[in-house]
Amino acid sequence: MSTGTPVTGAAGIAAPARIREPGSLAAFWRRLCARPGAVIGLAIVVAVVGMAALADVIAPYDPTATDWGAVRAAPSLAHPFGGDEVGRDVLSRIIYGARASLGAGLVSVGLAVALGLPIGLVAGYAGGWVDGAIMRLTDALLAIPFLILAIALAAFLGPSLTNAMLAIGLSATSIFVRLTRAQVRAVAAEEFVEAARAVGNPPWRIALVHILPNIVPAILVQATLTIAAAIIAEASLSFLGLGQQPPEPSWGAMLNVAKNFMEQAPWMAIWPGVSIFLAVLAFNLLGDGLRDALDPRQRT
Amino acid sequence: MLRFLAHRLTLAIPTLVLASMIIFALQQLLPGDVATALTGEERDPEVIAFIRQKYHLDQPLPVRYAYWAAGVLQGDLGVSVRLQKPVAELVLEKLPVTLELACLAMLVALAIGVPMGILSAVKRGTWMDAAANGIALWGLSIPNFWLGILLILLFSVHLGWLPASGYVPPGESLVDNLRAMAMPAFVLGNAIAAVMMRHTRAAMLGVLGSDYVRTARAKGVSPLRLVLRHALPNAAIPIITLGALEFGQLLSGAVLTEQVFSVPGFGKLMVDAVFNRDFATVQGVVICTAATYIALNLAADVLSAVVNPKLRRA
Repeated sequence: MSTGTPVTGAAGIAAPARIREPGSLAAFWRRLCARPGAVIGLAIVVAVVGMAALADVIAPYDPTATDWGAVRAAPSLAHPFGGDEVGRDVLSRIIYGARASLGAGLVSVGLAVALGLPIGLVAGYAGGWVDGAIMRLTDALLAIPFLILAIALAAFLGPSLTNAMLAIGLSATSIFVRLTRAQVRAVAAEEFVEAARAVGNPPWRIALVHILPNIVPAILVQATLTIAAAIIAEASLSFLGLGQQPPEPSWGAMLNVAKNFMEQAPWMAIWPGVSIFLAVLAFNLLGDGLRDALDPRQRT
Repeated sequence: MLRFLAHRLTLAIPTLVLASMIIFALQQLLPGDVATALTGEERDPEVIAFIRQKYHLDQPLPVRYAYWAAGVLQGDLGVSVRLQKPVAELVLEKLPVTLELACLAMLVALAIGVPMGILSAVKRGTWMDAAANGIALWGLSIPNFWLGILLILLFSVHLGWLPASGYVPPGESLVDNLRAMAMPAFVLGNAIAAVMMRHTRAAMLGVLGSDYVRTARAKGVSPLRLVLRHALPNAAIPIITLGALEFGQLLSGAVLTEQVFSVPGFGKLMVDAVFNRDFATVQGVVICTAATYIALNLAADVLSAVVNPKLRRA
């Protein structure tokens, strides 16, 4: 595979990365593991995923069950993270709340990639007026700040976790359109693509077989970093009352209620915030680590 | 320079038109009859008929957009069904509060981010670099509404030093105004400081490695003078550009910060409008934010071209 000039995309990643070279996957894994930040990030991500997947098994209580004896109860052996305003166990709600946060992060970014990748691929490969039209639309979407657009979409669609995911995913789509387009244009100028074209490959085959695999690493890094932004966005929407609706647990919604009881029960505000912070930090660390491991020239 | 400005304007105008189309199209997401939804809790058939007529809801979508866009261009952003006031008036009333908050937050971001970025670049690879990067990562990862809650817990509930919420106009008492804005400005500026730090570090590393800096060092220029007189002015160009762009992000971040600290600004107007199903106000705030963001982008482009003539030929 030929080497190309690095072109910085939206994620600040050089293209194309060389994940497909023989033995490069093992080298990539070694480089990733050599970065303590990335390892810590990965470990926290695995822990949060495990917590969300095994919530039914590890949570000590039903997250929606109320106990009048535990109303705003201070942390104790029975309730290690204390009780909330109606006596629900904060620890159990934190464990189940991971599902909303992680789900919002993964689903919304999945949606953004599913929409942004093909659109960016078409824009980058087709060029001309198609590219111009797609780019103007993307610029227009990017002109509306991410959270403002997500709030407006959630407001018009109605408050729910599904609509919040949809709003975040649609708001983040333009990031992936831009990144994919920049990466495609860089890879399309490579000699191996020219060779593929010269031997008579149709455009769709060149785009899917020769270009797409080479832009995956950059998309992967951006997706990891966008999951962090999406988790904050979901927490923000839920904090405003536009995401997960009560009594279902969500870290952002828990903080929304907790701000009314800061004097009487500060633990209600501490643990959901720590959870959001750790989850976001983990994806940021992992994203930075992935970027460095996939392309050491771009090391921060 | 004029040609450059004209070229940038020809890109900015279609962007604003497309953004306005997207914002207008949001109305179509409303479930059921748009006129009923736009009237909120109001179920009076006369009011619904008035709304239907005012927004030309019996006309096809492109015609409705044309009427709406013509109104926006004349400063008519619609009427708030909740407050019974023109949205443009509400926006003008609240905007100064948010602008003050955004300016103070930008000061915080510059005061923290730029020195930290310089220190991190100059002391590259040392514990100070690692600490600065750690602080930046912390700033990027902490949700600002949670940081706001923690600061209220510490400075208002426990220490009683600062008011937990509210706003005092600077004309009434500047000291009380700054006391009320201190925590919101820090919270809002914190995340931008992290971005500023990363960009300052990258820009300084680029400049510090250049030949003229090496020459100045070889000539015996003191380290402090080398950084402040030789490196920083050249590294400042991307920082200025970024500052203008991040100002747009501050408007977005202000939504949550104003909510936590009950600051009666632009963001709080939007959130209150969302909960009162006051969709004209939501649309008005979003279109103003988009217009501000596009104007700031344009200003950043022009500023960069003024500082760096090479960009004018790009």
